Amino acid sequence: MMKIEKSLLAAICILPRLVFGQALDPALLTKPLGESWPTYSGDYSGKRYSSLKQIDQSNVKNLTLAWVSKVTPGAGAAGGGGRFGGGASAVIIGGEGTADMGGGGFGGASSVRASILEVNGILYFSMPDNAWAADARDGHELWHYFWKTKGGTHIGNRGLGMWGNWLYMETPDDFLVCLDAKTGKERWHKEIANFNQQYFSTMAPIVVGNHILIGTGNDLDEPGYVQARDPETGDVQWTFYTVPVKKGDAGLDTWGSLDGAKHGAGNVWIPGSYDPETHLYIFGTGNPSPAYTNPPSRAGDNLYTCSIVAVNVDTGKMAWYYQVNPHDTHDWDSTETPVLVDGEFNGRPRKMALHADRNGYFFTLDRLTGEHLVTGKFSEAANWVKELNANGQPIRSLEKDSTVAGSLVSPNNEGATNWPPPSYSPDTGLFYVPSNEAYAMYYLTETDPRGAMGLGGKEEDGLGTMGGYLTAIDYKTGKVAWRHRYPGTGGGLGNGILTTAGKLLFAGDLGGNLVAYDSANGKILWHTHLGRVTNAPETYLLDGHQYILVAAGDTLYAFTLY
Amino acid sequence: MTVKKILLVLILTSTQVMAQPPRAVRPMRSPAYPDRPPADPATVERGKALYGVQCNFCHGSDARGGEGGPNLLRSELVLNDQKGELILPVVQNGRGEMPKLNLSAAQVSDIAEFIHSFRVGGYDVSRMTPLSIVVGDAQAGGAVFKTKCASCHSVMGDLKGIASKITDPKILQNTFLMPGGGFSRGRGGVNVPPTTVTVTLASGQKAEGRLVRIDDFMVTLDDAEAGQRTFRRDGDSPKVEIHDPLKPHRDLLPGYTDKEIHDLTSYLVTVK
Repeated sequence: MMKIEKSLLAAICILPRLVFGQALDPALLTKPLGESWPTYSGDYSGKRYSSLKQIDQSNVKNLTLAWVSKVTPGAGAAGGGGRFGGGASAVIIGGEGTADMGGGGFGGASSVRASILEVNGILYFSMPDNAWAADARDGHELWHYFWKTKGGTHIGNRGLGMWGNWLYMETPDDFLVCLDAKTGKERWHKEIANFNQQYFSTMAPIVVGNHILIGTGNDLDEPGYVQARDPETGDVQWTFYTVPVKKGDAGLDTWGSLDGAKHGAGNVWIPGSYDPETHLYIFGTGNPSPAYTNPPSRAGDNLYTCSIVAVNVDTGKMAWYYQVNPHDTHDWDSTETPVLVDGEFNGRPRKMALHADRNGYFFTLDRLTGEHLVTGKFSEAANWVKELNANGQPIRSLEKDSTVAGSLVSPNNEGATNWPPPSYSPDTGLFYVPSNEAYAMYYLTETDPRGAMGLGGKEEDGLGTMGGYLTAIDYKTGKVAWRHRYPGTGGGLGNGILTTAGKLLFAGDLGGNLVAYDSANGKILWHTHLGRVTNAPETYLLDGHQYILVAAGDTLYAFTLY
Repeated sequence: MTVKKILLVLILTSTQVMAQPPRAVRPMRSPAYPDRPPADPATVERGKALYGVQCNFCHGSDARGGEGGPNLLRSELVLNDQKGELILPVVQNGRGEMPKLNLSAAQVSDIAEFIHSFRVGGYDVSRMTPLSIVVGDAQAGGAVFKTKCASCHSVMGDLKGIASKITDPKILQNTFLMPGGGFSRGRGGVNVPPTTVTVTLASGQKAEGRLVRIDDFMVTLDDAEAGQRTFRRDGDSPKVEIHDPLKPHRDLLPGYTDKEIHDLTSYLVTVK
């Protein structure tokens, strides 16, 4: 027994060396999602629809655990190491700060909440301050990189980007770190935002051609932006601010003052999608700031916050925008992934961008022009909208802002949905999104007419929910095609969705199960209890076997058919 | 051997966890955005006096903006400034609408220390907090009570003296909207009966108890006699009925206007 384990272990140790040295082929990035998972959404479209169909409705019931691998964040990690429990790699340490441990607020800091890259049989994944490589055949840890942080909000890390042999990670204290994918050794790190201004950086870098596209987060009224960086040097290629920052900037007339605009936030903290035909990088922007108070400096629609924005990836110039939440007052970021779909609309083929927003509304846009096509309401409870205007934008009821006496509002601040990735299946023509029907009382606690800073000035008291759902939306009408309610009296949001050509939908439920559904109707076909599923399931093909990969806290689980 | 060692470490670690207050065992980590080290109070006082004379009118007494001048606390320049070195050229040369001021480097450094003495963060603490949330019409609230609440509750019966038991109107308001919910959790002093569940097996046999957890595949109930029992679920079998004591409150949420809520609160605060 012992001997067999040893020889297996030896074999596993050799295998990675055989596949090492195979850089990411850029052509892989523009192919529809299949054998690998080379970027945040698998491919550029944001569909999270895999063409793999070895696992399908007829055999998913035979899905079996292939391997389990646990990782330990921090400088003194004892490591994971797949099914034999050993084999942790030495920790490679970088960073400009002093903190030795992982952990932090919001529960995101010691969980894999990220997209996991799969390239040439190797997995690359992250937590805030931590990056790992592991063998995709058994989860065996190959290297672990730890960044000693200065601080910053440790809410989560959404994954790594890859260009050739190099990997890119954002850190909570605002650096872009470039790692050698073979060894995990740091090549360089560059500051991407000002820590003194209380930025924090969580986004998965997106690689398009020779651009590394990044974004940051901020809760202190500082302006949001998207930047392109050089993959070899990390130098800035262009910067696109999501709010006006100087006289003459477009959109300034939608703010009360220039000072208000350049402290208006609109941070981009979730990757966008990319259309290789038009060279447009299409992403969602965050809430305006201050989030809950309405000082005169914030009077107007507050462009380009809470918008879907298309920027030419070569020039950094905006091609179009559509604001899904004019003058947001509930901190409902619109960073949820826009999903790029080619399909029929009103009897003719259209190239579209689909977006389900934290505010409870779903949008279909023409992605070439930004033309509005459909607005649908996917949250029954959402009660903050007075009317849809002629351009399909939801216009808020003023009385649903935070008030001294309290306003009963749905969604709650977490939203009818949030950043966890949605999915679209061309087999069904349906868009899938985790959703929640929660109510909260929003109290204004700051009566200073100058408002508060950041997220201050309100108290939010949750009142429970009418349910958490897996929701399927018809993009042609914006109507809910079906939805599956998670049982019980509670609710909440699932952590993201995968669909496959096997006519399957994989998602974690609210009870800690990984579940396979029939993507046409939500019928349950298979499940396994993992405790808590913390990212969107993914899939890849290796040695002729399709794997389903998912994270549950600090542990990765892979399933396959034998 | 290794396993034993790991176990030992685990046991030791968990003992430590038990023995120490939770704060002490949290991983060592610097705060997200460290506060600036406190300055000499005498310096801050000097700076405050100078600020009051030279800066107050335009930038406000709390540096959050005033007549024409912007909020300094969130200004990029001020956030990057350490001891006045970035503020000094702006003060001495003027910028945009700001006139140049005749202040020495030492004086600007004192002013900078005063500005830097304010805590700056995204979770801004409210300063001008409202005195009361009670703004409604108590009489109209009485009428709302009759239509929305009186089928289950009575101010002479179960809610007698409710405003004396829950003296904070905000907690009272949250509590009538959703007992035990939100801000009122553990503070409203209201005993919310637990959600229960009835599981009816194919044989007709029934199990009943407090609902512990439920998903599409499993239901666990806590039966006072038998303890926790878990039943496998396969679609509609066994039959599962959840009894949510808060359902009437939940069902009311979509129908309320904010005015009804505020009126009802104004009425209930009189039920002493």
